[in-house]
Amino acid sequence: MNEIPISYFLVLSAILFGLGVLAFVFKRNIITVFMAIELMLNAVNLAFVAFDRARGGAHDGWVFVFFVIVVAAAEAAVGLAIAITVVHNRQSLNIERVNLLKF
Amino acid sequence: MTTLAYVTWFERKVVARIQSRIGPLYVGAHGLLQPLADGVKFLFKEDVTPPAADRFVYVLAPFLALSLALASMALIPFGPSTINILGVPTHLGVANVSLGLLFLFAITSMGVYGVALAGWSSNSKYPLMGGLRSSAQMISYEVSLTLSVVGVVLLSGTLNFNDLIAYQSGHWHYVRFLPHWNVFPQLIGFFCYFIAAIAETNRVPFDLPEAETELVAGFHTEYSSFKFAMFFMAEYANMITVSCLATILFFGGWLSPFPEHWTWQLYLPGAGLILGGIFLAYDTAKNQRGIARIQLAVVTIGALVIGAACLIPAVMPIVQGPFWFLLKICCFLFFYVWTRGTLPRFRYDQLMDFGWKFILPVSLANLVITAFVVMVLNR
Amino acid sequence: MTLPLILFFVFGGLAVIGALMMIFLREPIHSALALILVMVALAALYLLLGAEFIAAVQIIVYAGAVMVLFVFVIMLLNAGEEERTNISKLAHYVGWPLGIFLTVELVYWISRTAIGARTSAPAIATGDPTRDLSMLLFKSYLFPFEITSILILIALIGALVLAKRNS
Repeated sequence: MNEIPISYFLVLSAILFGLGVLAFVFKRNIITVFMAIELMLNAVNLAFVAFDRARGGAHDGWVFVFFVIVVAAAEAAVGLAIAITVVHNRQSLNIERVNLLKF
Repeated sequence: MTTLAYVTWFERKVVARIQSRIGPLYVGAHGLLQPLADGVKFLFKEDVTPPAADRFVYVLAPFLALSLALASMALIPFGPSTINILGVPTHLGVANVSLGLLFLFAITSMGVYGVALAGWSSNSKYPLMGGLRSSAQMISYEVSLTLSVVGVVLLSGTLNFNDLIAYQSGHWHYVRFLPHWNVFPQLIGFFCYFIAAIAETNRVPFDLPEAETELVAGFHTEYSSFKFAMFFMAEYANMITVSCLATILFFGGWLSPFPEHWTWQLYLPGAGLILGGIFLAYDTAKNQRGIARIQLAVVTIGALVIGAACLIPAVMPIVQGPFWFLLKICCFLFFYVWTRGTLPRFRYDQLMDFGWKFILPVSLANLVITAFVVMVLNR
Repeated sequence: MTLPLILFFVFGGLAVIGALMMIFLREPIHSALALILVMVALAALYLLLGAEFIAAVQIIVYAGAVMVLFVFVIMLLNAGEEERTNISKLAHYVGWPLGIFLTVELVYWISRTAIGARTSAPAIATGDPTRDLSMLLFKSYLFPFEITSILILIALIGALVLAKRNS
């Protein structure tokens, strides 16, 4: 922890975020799409912690990570409840079937 | 791992006595080689995999359960960290983490996966039901488990195990004969913790998900031979971990209940072991025949030798901490086995009601009252 | 090649492999397991960055509760293999390169910034980091803390109402 440049962590965070975006766009299962959102949130958390370490001093970055984790948990709960309702209504996990509002 | 095997022996003997029978008697003297026989049996049984099961997850689940259960043992200190063995300061615990308690809870919270994935991957309805119910039960009681412990953390102001135990040394101010253990101010917290712990480890009276009469065998129905043995071992390892945690948090860990200046207590480990050896010698001479006699004679000699070794002045201080720690863990394990032999099972909805509507509010109330009292006393 | 650097590559590699597995595995339960691997690898990276409390919270909350929720929902909905998508081939040929280009561009610009040059300095020993975090949470950030607890309450009630069957 004394020699790793912070940019390595930021690069890793960027890679994970990019992979999350790709998963979000290209996967068809509603649950997998939610998991991609969680992956993106985790990548952002890594960036926060890395920046907090780079700044030193008071650990404000950790407070943000704390809140991101908590809000992501709440969002996952509500999002999955919505997903269960949608699946019950459309009888399929494929998000392309949820197209009633399509023009 | 050997301790795990002998905990099963202990359980079978105690449950048997509660049920007015004797338990394993033939394999080795007093059934002491029974765990070995069981282990060999598990190794030689046919390893059946259900045909439509998800292979990777099916194999992963027991490994996960057992490795997590054993990993949590790395965080627990068995004795004070200032012991000098042959002149080398040795720490009687694998790791001394400043947030030890939090990491232990992290490992336990990952233990839900072993059960849930086992239920899912077996691709059969009884394991799936058992797995879902069991993991729901584990995550419900996990909240109460963590909350009931926060009272202790508030009192001692640290999450480190060694500091928690150091806080509990000495005696109370006004009540001179009681040790400064956390169980006295936190009695409600202790009861909430222990009940939540029994529910976490899926033991009676909370073991509906693996009850033989209800769900065949719950989430490990489709598992055979060694994978089943791994689940089995993981359950006992969890039991031991939870007992270790209870002693560290509430009962002073490796501290002795007697005041420091009673120096006679230093002879207790050695004296206890020698007494046990004498009793075993009597039993060997009177009751055993044949090969059991030889086995028990070996155990007797071992007990006498270790007892004598504990009385050597150089070894004496080293043994004190682990002795009291192991004694307290044995008391907890006995209590676990006692409840198994005595209490009937909860129905699943009663179990969940109890967790969410009784234990959780009580542990929250304990937390609030403790916080209030700490604030008032520190004013 | 110091030990922290090796550990960084090991856990970083695990995280990236986990993310790739999450994209390319077909069964949702395997994707969930891959995501759990990512989260545990990230917790190890937080430990490397000296954030012990955050690492523990990551495992307890994220890997031990949120992902359990995902696994439960997958088991309840009996999610099988991912179906064939109807998306056009053109979208694939344009989309994947664009996504990869986004990632590469982010990586490039990050490695060129000034902060990128700074090494992770050893933390100034300002006492107990957990205590500092709790001081911040309960003093400077008390209002967001309380609002977050109300948010969780709302999420709890919302999830209960949504997932209830209309019987």
